[in-house]
Amino acid sequence: MSDLDAFREEARAWLEENCPQEMRDGASGEANVCWGGKRWTFTSDAQKTWLERMAAKGWTVPAWPKEYGGAGLSKEEVKVLKSEMRRIKARSPLESFGIWMLGPALLKFGTHEQKAHFLPPIARGEIRWAQGYSEPNSGSDLASLQCKCEDRGEHWLINGQKIWTSYADEADWIFVLVRTDPSVTKHNGISFILVDMDQEGVSTKPIKLISGKSPFCETFFDDATAPKDYGPGVSAIVGEINRGWDVAKYLLTHEREMIGGGGGGAMGARSPGEIAAGKIGLDDAGRLDDPILRGKIAQADIDGWAFLLTMERMKDEAKAGQGVGAKSSMLKYYGTELNKRRFELMMDGGGSDELEWEGERTNDGELARQWLRTKANSIEGGTSEVMLNIIAKRVLELPGA
Amino acid sequence: MPLVLTEEQEMLRESARGFLDEKAPVSALRKLRDESNADGFDRGLWKEMAEMGWAGILVDEAHGGADFGFVGAGLIAEEMGRTLSASPFLSTSILAATALKKIAGDAQQQEHLPKIAAGEALFALAVDEGAKHRPAATAMQAEKHGNGFKLSGSKTFVADGAVADKIIVAARSAGAPGEKEGLTLFLVDAAAGGLEKERTVMVDSRGYARLDFNGVEATGDDVLGEVDNGYEALEGVLSAGRAGLAAELSGAAQQAFAMTTDYLKERKQFGTEIGTFQALQHRAAHLYSELELVKSAVLKALQDLDAMYGAAGLSCSLAKAKAGEVAKLASQEAVQMHGGIGMTDEYDIGFYMKRIRAAQEMFGDAAFHADRFAKLRGY
Repeated sequence: MSDLDAFREEARAWLEENCPQEMRDGASGEANVCWGGKRWTFTSDAQKTWLERMAAKGWTVPAWPKEYGGAGLSKEEVKVLKSEMRRIKARSPLESFGIWMLGPALLKFGTHEQKAHFLPPIARGEIRWAQGYSEPNSGSDLASLQCKCEDRGEHWLINGQKIWTSYADEADWIFVLVRTDPSVTKHNGISFILVDMDQEGVSTKPIKLISGKSPFCETFFDDATAPKDYGPGVSAIVGEINRGWDVAKYLLTHEREMIGGGGGGAMGARSPGEIAAGKIGLDDAGRLDDPILRGKIAQADIDGWAFLLTMERMKDEAKAGQGVGAKSSMLKYYGTELNKRRFELMMDGGGSDELEWEGERTNDGELARQWLRTKANSIEGGTSEVMLNIIAKRVLELPGA
Repeated sequence: MPLVLTEEQEMLRESARGFLDEKAPVSALRKLRDESNADGFDRGLWKEMAEMGWAGILVDEAHGGADFGFVGAGLIAEEMGRTLSASPFLSTSILAATALKKIAGDAQQQEHLPKIAAGEALFALAVDEGAKHRPAATAMQAEKHGNGFKLSGSKTFVADGAVADKIIVAARSAGAPGEKEGLTLFLVDAAAGGLEKERTVMVDSRGYARLDFNGVEATGDDVLGEVDNGYEALEGVLSAGRAGLAAELSGAAQQAFAMTTDYLKERKQFGTEIGTFQALQHRAAHLYSELELVKSAVLKALQDLDAMYGAAGLSCSLAKAKAGEVAKLASQEAVQMHGGIGMTDEYDIGFYMKRIRAAQEMFGDAAFHADRFAKLRGY
């Protein structure tokens, strides 16, 4: 038996023994996610038990090194673990920006002391992080950000505003891009700093979107502070001072892969063809009784299928040692534009029924709200236009791009 | 199966590219056109391709072939697309070789496959009867006559139909046009009595023909596969052809795109390279993305043909639809971004537009395949 097979048996047996029955319903979605954090209220005892057991095993972040709260699993072993979890429909024990974003940044740019200080509480779901990137006047031109961070000897003094900070009103800490040197070119005076949100100088305000309630907030820093060090060797700044753009760029690439890939939801559970067939009906030959809409849906389906294959191919190429690099911009661009197109077609197929905004019939306008929410896909994490700029510059090497 | 090429396949691609760049660049097609070559390709060059193992790329080793599979055949087609190399590769080495391998009896295989592999026999597949590809609408009659059949009707858009030694033809031995049941495939001699051929000169300067069957006689031995039950067999062969064309379209589109981005980097207007203009950058970046999707779809179709021939129809349809649509876009953007020079016959880019237009039409355009896809998805 290969090592991988042995691991599969071990994982299967452990999950069988330790995953509570209530956590085996395959439920995902906003209401069922466990985000963790100081203010987290578990929805059930089972959710709490499941998190504690998985965290103790290092399996909330299985690929992270053991010393930082992970299990040090190889990529192949992580795949096996995920497939075993899917087999019993186990819920994810913990999701967070700490796992998705800060963790990878610290693992790449942090010192050992920073990792040892910040990573284990993320792995255990004790600290919930928010991301402070965009500002009201720095969207696509993120590097123009103005949030001021001054050196006051023992500590940093932070003044400014961030926007689109997801779940900032529920988070404990925030990683923030700040300007530490206003005298140099815009990319060279930015730092990546870790700030405790539990202080007077930090406040948040939720943002309502065209789709209704949203996790986004505005976050304000009014004379907020961060000590130079949170402990011996635990600097508040990740990476070098004034080199925060390197960290930001790394994380943006990471984020784009997530949005463009699985997050983009290129082929979700509901399909435009299915919705349209249900509302409009089929003709005698079994074709959607709206030939022009049918053609558009078929084309979008073909593109969706080819896009899924492209994600698969990029993964296989990465495994074979060919870097994905700037191609993540292509996936982000295409995946999000495709998702918008699919939701437009779902709304076309759904007709006036799906225009309902409130009421049980449509689960409070579920489709309409999702449709509106997809409009942000091609804006957040870098707009489609910025993605096209990156492809032109880095992949096609066009002049002056 | 991972969507990447094996080392062996990479090597095949490299050697194909080297060979075609040297022996069959676009200027070779231009020459064939300018001298009104009656065959539509260079017979000497085809002989060399056969010696490289390309003619028998799908033929098993027992019959003298290289047995490299559909991915290998697709790689050659893609490289031929890059250089617009004219050859009987699609009609003989993909379509006929597939038909003989998958449908024919031992004796038929023994007779024809070694000749295909040696580059000694040319084949053509005759399916279309009208301006659009509608295989189920086949009306050509295969009337029972003694122990055999008499074939009557017309075929059009037959690639290499004027030069082929043998024609594989779909005819109706039962049922009515529009029905999938009742089709039979025949393998007839191109010199058979009652068969009239007209070479048609088409936009892409390749060799095509219109064929008139006026009571052409076929015996039971000339039947490929089962009588009245040939639709599924035909679909398999068409799938292979569609994947081959999709690969060729992908190669042609990639090359047209490469020529375009090169041009954007060198052509100056308003005192700067036109590639600095964002309007052009975004269109180029969008096209790049679409081409990446085409590459994935084409590789998947070819892999499916190798791994599960009978169930590869859907992915072949999707590859043909996507490749056809994107290749058209690539050729249109190429001409537009080249500006005036792109409209001149002297410049090569127009050849790409012409070949892409013909290849995307053959065996079903994007609309035909999207319709198929929609039906299979239940709408």
